[in-house]
Amino acid sequence: MRFFKKYFFLLTLLIAFTVKSQTKTITVCNTCDVKSIKDGIDLAQDKDTVLVKKGIYNETRIFINKSIHLIGENFPIIDAENKTDSVIAVKAKDFSISGFRIKNVGLSYTKEIAAIYTSHCTNFTISNNIIENCFYAFIMQRANYGVLTNNKVNGHAIVETSAGNGFHLWKCKNMRIEKNTISGMRDGIYLEFVNKSFISHNKSENNIRYGLHFMFSHHNEYHHNEFKKNGAGVAVMFSKYIKMHHNTFHFNWGTASYGLLLKEIYDAEIVDNVFEQNTIGINIDGCNRITYKNNHFVRNGWALKFTGGCYKNIFEYNNFMHNAFDLSYNSRLNDNEFEANYWSEYTGYDLNKDGIGDVPFRPVKLFSYVVNKTPETLVLLRSLFVDIINFSEKVSPVFTPDNLKDKKPLMKPINPIQLN
Amino acid sequence: MLKILKYSIFDLLRSRWSYVYFVFYLILGFVLLFLNNDVNKAIITLMNIIIVLTPLIGTIFGVMYYYNSKEFTELLLAQPIKRNKIFIGQYLGVSLSLTLSLVLGIGIPFVLYGLFKSASIFDFGLLIVVGAFLNFIFVALAYNIAISNENKIKGFGYAILMWLFLAVVYDGIFMILAIKFQEYPLDKFALTSMMFNPIDLSRTLILLKLDISALLGYTGAVFKEFFGTSKGLLTSLFILCLWVVFPLLRIHLKLRKKDF
Repeated sequence: MRFFKKYFFLLTLLIAFTVKSQTKTITVCNTCDVKSIKDGIDLAQDKDTVLVKKGIYNETRIFINKSIHLIGENFPIIDAENKTDSVIAVKAKDFSISGFRIKNVGLSYTKEIAAIYTSHCTNFTISNNIIENCFYAFIMQRANYGVLTNNKVNGHAIVETSAGNGFHLWKCKNMRIEKNTISGMRDGIYLEFVNKSFISHNKSENNIRYGLHFMFSHHNEYHHNEFKKNGAGVAVMFSKYIKMHHNTFHFNWGTASYGLLLKEIYDAEIVDNVFEQNTIGINIDGCNRITYKNNHFVRNGWALKFTGGCYKNIFEYNNFMHNAFDLSYNSRLNDNEFEANYWSEYTGYDLNKDGIGDVPFRPVKLFSYVVNKTPETLVLLRSLFVDIINFSEKVSPVFTPDNLKDKKPLMKPINPIQLN
Repeated sequence: MLKILKYSIFDLLRSRWSYVYFVFYLILGFVLLFLNNDVNKAIITLMNIIIVLTPLIGTIFGVMYYYNSKEFTELLLAQPIKRNKIFIGQYLGVSLSLTLSLVLGIGIPFVLYGLFKSASIFDFGLLIVVGAFLNFIFVALAYNIAISNENKIKGFGYAILMWLFLAVVYDGIFMILAIKFQEYPLDKFALTSMMFNPIDLSRTLILLKLDISALLGYTGAVFKEFFGTSKGLLTSLFILCLWVVFPLLRIHLKLRKKDF
């Protein structure tokens, strides 16, 4: 009996192994039996692995329609030689692609072509790829439960009309875009109709249009991303219930640059972000019920610029430091609440030493009101005359909204950060 | 002329006011750097002070020096020396000693705080150049006023008025006009009006390198072209030179006919 037991165990082990070995690994290399990735994929079945060894593969239109793992070893190069076809196109579920270096996808004005193009995919991982000089890097349409992580995208975009996006997602759900680096594309990350997704720890810089651009994408969370030196900063539009926290928006410094452009965003939370040296820190256009908390606005042209009706927004515990204008406001009506922020321009006193200034602070200066009406007067920035009229307006407000004030301005900055 | 220049400089260096001026800038520089510890931010604050104060002190010094040394000047005029040389020598003496106080007073603290290691050395250089220009311009303007007015009180009054006009009133008038005519394209008007006021011109010149360029480019193509390229810098510097040359020319013309 004991003898039998022992062998039964071995037998089960053996069966387990044979079952396992049914999922095979197909190796592709220049000296192997299988010389092209396409052939490797043709040979593979569901749950197989296609292992591509180091080398150069001049292939496009690699089509995956089964649940396989396509793995590159030591970054094999797939060179599209500027052909106008997507390099890898996928329509499958439960697959993964990792470890490739994909180069030179040609540009097309009629087709959407990408280094990796997926449509109708679920449960997949695309990781550790390097995409260079490609029209679009990743296009995902109607994807669900996908993870895009640790990819590097590097482009040489020059004009908007002939450039593609780094990550282009359309009608997706439950996606995770994490730890990617994107530079030199049109938009770093572009999301349209993408819901319930997480975008985190990405670095998007030197893109000619937006570092991050999303529209009609609800219930998403963006955190710990860095957006730097993008042509027009970050633009987010027509979305509800989004959370943006711990992001850094900096050096979006140019004639038409924003740190963050918000257009018709409702019920969002914008917390713990850093806005440093942007022409406009946040441009707020028609946004309601947004909570801004614990953000740092440092050395921006305008820290906040309101255009269009904005109601029921709450600004609390933010630091406004050394901005040319803290706030530009377009109407005389105010329904937004400013409370307990730190303003480096604040000159009031605190007699009872509770850390809260005894005189309310008015962030809208008369000059910023004038500039709003006639932008050309901006040449008077920092002139003595401007200081004088600002002072007189501060003493008795006539032009700026009377109730737009921080009743409890803080005397010291909150959680000061070390900036470079 | 060199002899008179030398005499004026030594005369001024012996006087207390040069030292007061020098010590003032020295303390200002140290305090600013001590409070900020960031050369970049200190430069912005310093700009605000230089733009307002240098013209004021230049004006007052210029007028004061002219009236104070009037008797000595008359004595010199009795000698076989050209009128031009006497006055230009005096003018250069005052301007140079003021500039020296400014450069040393601000330069020493900044150098001690590691200016050469920081990236803002160019901004600082520009600030010093602009400060020097403002000295030369406003001493020249003050001399113009003093030569045209025998009455001391009147001369002082006009000089202070001139400073007030250029530092404050001019900007006010510009702003009112800009608001009044806001329906029209104003960018060229804005640029040219800045050219006609040395204080505004120096302010734009410094802000050009600091923060105004991006903010202004936002408003129109003319600004973008002017402020975005080195064209703006060169034009502004050239016009500052003109601002020195024209008042000097007027002194020259005035002296030819003036009866002492």
